[in-house]
Amino acid sequence: MALDPVDAVVIGAGAGGGVIAKELACAGMRVVLLERGRWITAWDDHKDDLRNQRTSVLGAPFGPDDERNPRVAVDRRGRELVVLPSDGAYSNNAACVGSGTVSYGAMAWRYMAQDFRMKSIYGCPPGSTLDDWPITYDDLEPFYEKAEWEMGVSGDVAPDPFHAPRRRGLPMPALPPNREYEILKPAALRKGWHPFDIPMLRNSVPYNGRGPCMRCRWCVGFACEVNAKNGTQNTVIPTAMATGLCELRTDAMAREIVLDARGHATAVTYFDAGSHLQTQPARLVVVSAGAIETARLLLNSKSRLHPNGLGNRYDWVGRNLQGHAYPRAVGLFDHDTYDDVGPGASIAICDFNHGNPGLRGGAMLANEFIRLPIQFTGMTPPDTPRWGHEHKDYMRQFYRRSIAVMGPVQEMPVFEARAELDPRVKDFWGIPVARLSGGRHPHSVEVARAVVVKAAEWLQEAGAIRTWTNVPGLDLSGGQHQAGTCRMGNDPRSSVVDRNCRIHEADNIYLADASVHVTNGGFNPALTILANAYRVAAAIVKERRA
Amino acid sequence: MRKPSRRSFLAGAVLGTAGCRRDTGARLALTGEEARTLDAICDRLIPADQDPGAAATGAVVFIDRQLAGPYARYRRAYREGLARAAALSRKMFGKPLNELTGDRRLAVVTRLERDARPFFEMVLAHTMQGFYGSPRHGGNRDYASWRMLRVPASPVRGRILYDLRQGKES
Ligand SMILES: Cc1cc2nc3c(=O)[nH]c(=O)nc-3n(C[C@H](O)[C@H](O)[C@H](O)COP(=O)(O)OP(=O)(O)OC[C@H]3O[C@@H](n4cnc5c(N)ncnc54)[C@H](O)[C@@H]3O)c2cc1C
Ligand code: SF4
Repeated sequence: MALDPVDAVVIGAGAGGGVIAKELACAGMRVVLLERGRWITAWDDHKDDLRNQRTSVLGAPFGPDDERNPRVAVDRRGRELVVLPSDGAYSNNAACVGSGTVSYGAMAWRYMAQDFRMKSIYGCPPGSTLDDWPITYDDLEPFYEKAEWEMGVSGDVAPDPFHAPRRRGLPMPALPPNREYEILKPAALRKGWHPFDIPMLRNSVPYNGRGPCMRCRWCVGFACEVNAKNGTQNTVIPTAMATGLCELRTDAMAREIVLDARGHATAVTYFDAGSHLQTQPARLVVVSAGAIETARLLLNSKSRLHPNGLGNRYDWVGRNLQGHAYPRAVGLFDHDTYDDVGPGASIAICDFNHGNPGLRGGAMLANEFIRLPIQFTGMTPPDTPRWGHEHKDYMRQFYRRSIAVMGPVQEMPVFEARAELDPRVKDFWGIPVARLSGGRHPHSVEVARAVVVKAAEWLQEAGAIRTWTNVPGLDLSGGQHQAGTCRMGNDPRSSVVDRNCRIHEADNIYLADASVHVTNGGFNPALTILANAYRVAAAIVKERRA
Repeated sequence: MRKPSRRSFLAGAVLGTAGCRRDTGARLALTGEEARTLDAICDRLIPADQDPGAAATGAVVFIDRQLAGPYARYRRAYREGLARAAALSRKMFGKPLNELTGDRRLAVVTRLERDARPFFEMVLAHTMQGFYGSPRHGGNRDYASWRMLRVPASPVRGRILYDLRQGKES
């Protein structure tokens, strides 16, 4: 039986979906927000170092659950494995109200102006589908500002000479420095670099009626005990619900977008908490299910006009799956660097995001979030045994005397890096699951090798008695920074959505999440996803009023 | 929130020394013999020194509990790997692994690392988890590893109840 029609169904209550729901509801539209996960708050989060969204060996507490949500991962040798959300190869982000923005580290980066014009600036390397975004930084700038002020960002980017022009500063000052900051800042200055306080979606002072960060150890991967981390679950989603026009349905697993004979979306079908199939009619559908699941949902939405899946006429849905190549340098010190003051990550440089000789793009470099002991066990120098007396001794000596500097390297998109439907494996509800295959472009690894040298130099200048580096290989990227699977573009033959993120050839279906990113910047992606969702919502509202 | 008292701290230190209590009795997923073999492997992966090691702080309890839960999918690999380790020990030294001296145990474990790589890597990862992870899962008894690392065990819970701006309950 069909439910009452609404103006819009938004699929996925994560970063993009939360913003869309709020903007549409505040514009007077009746919205149903479908989320396959649940509300998970600090009450439910047991501060478990083996069961959190960063180290999920015993499960991913912010979803999805291992029991109902398999995927298939194909490695570069062609071996297929059925994988669970708690496995690395699953490429998980999260599944709950707020999704990754509940448990994230909350770095709040604007991409740089160059990041939207990568092909024009650098040219496309062989084997890549590198392209420019159909929009520029200037198109997104007002919406970055809106995201920063509505959701709340602290930090100080003024000392960074590389950031793109901004009309307004950040609404909150940076948190006071931690010990790593005090050690790394003078070292960067001595190198002639430009260190600054990382912008964070985190209250440093009371904001939006919630208190400031209490500097705890349990930040990245966990829910904040004092609600000082700003995600969609404690900002835009409550605002959307307060309008009385947005109904959030949790435990609601969308199966398919239903189209009429003209290719016009009429409804979304989903399984409710009791696993009953429901049909929610709507005038407009916005998909914000995250890069992999959005592609999966479109591919599962087959109709007469879209026999290969919605928006997939030219086989671009699910392609160009990317994330970030994350190289890391670790430095050991002869004095304590650990001070147990969260969130840990505090200082960054953007000196190597662009302008690396002979290379395309680069990465922001920053110190790491607090490393829990289990996360340090694998951080050994190449010649230190991984077990036994020596390893234990190493742990004892250096857990509190080590700093890691890492950076999200902007990747060169690869057409064969993809999410498609697995022909055999289905999830608990009988829906075909995502099948991930392909690998990273060699140039991304080359860039990672180059910028990690700078990270090591930074640590050496800071007095590290020993440094080493780890650089990721050619395995498929994605993970928490997954993006790119439904590219935004002007040409329907080489993109899935137009510049307003409406699916080419489907007049009332929009995407608003990381799937539309053409490239993913040399930065963590959340603020760009949020800003773009504000922009997409503005386009929807404008069109509706016209 | 628990602060280790001086007494429990001393108890932990005592546990770490030779001849300490080994609870290798009733298991959820492993047989007694398997548990003893595994215990001997864990003992070499993270040995006791001035601080307790993995075996004395419950690594086997940790692994056994996970095998009865989220790690059920590794049961077979444990069954086969532990049988292989036991056989290797008898072949090399004519005795079960847990009856060997430390040096001989080390020789067997080193051989496993070379010849039974996937099994070894799995046990190594799980032993690290048991020893350095939260004690609520059965390993790292009394936060032994965290104390060794000088990390205060402070599971912050429930602060959301308080309005930090006013310093009072909200
Ligand atoms: C531990 C961790 C740390 C991170 N740190 C940072 C950081 O410091 N800075 C940063 O910028 N980013 C960070 N991220 C990444 C950030 O959270 C993601 O980039 C962001 O959430 C992605 O936004 P999205 O809108 O694309 O998708 P998501 O936010 O993942 O939202 C998708 C939502 O859709 C739901 N969904 C999917 N399929 C369906 C379906 N069929 N039916 C119903 N609902 C569905 C999902 O459950 C999910 O809630 C971190 C993530 C994690 C997990
Ligand atoms: S470090 Fe601050 S923002 Fe992060 S969880 Fe702790 S109190 Fe919350």
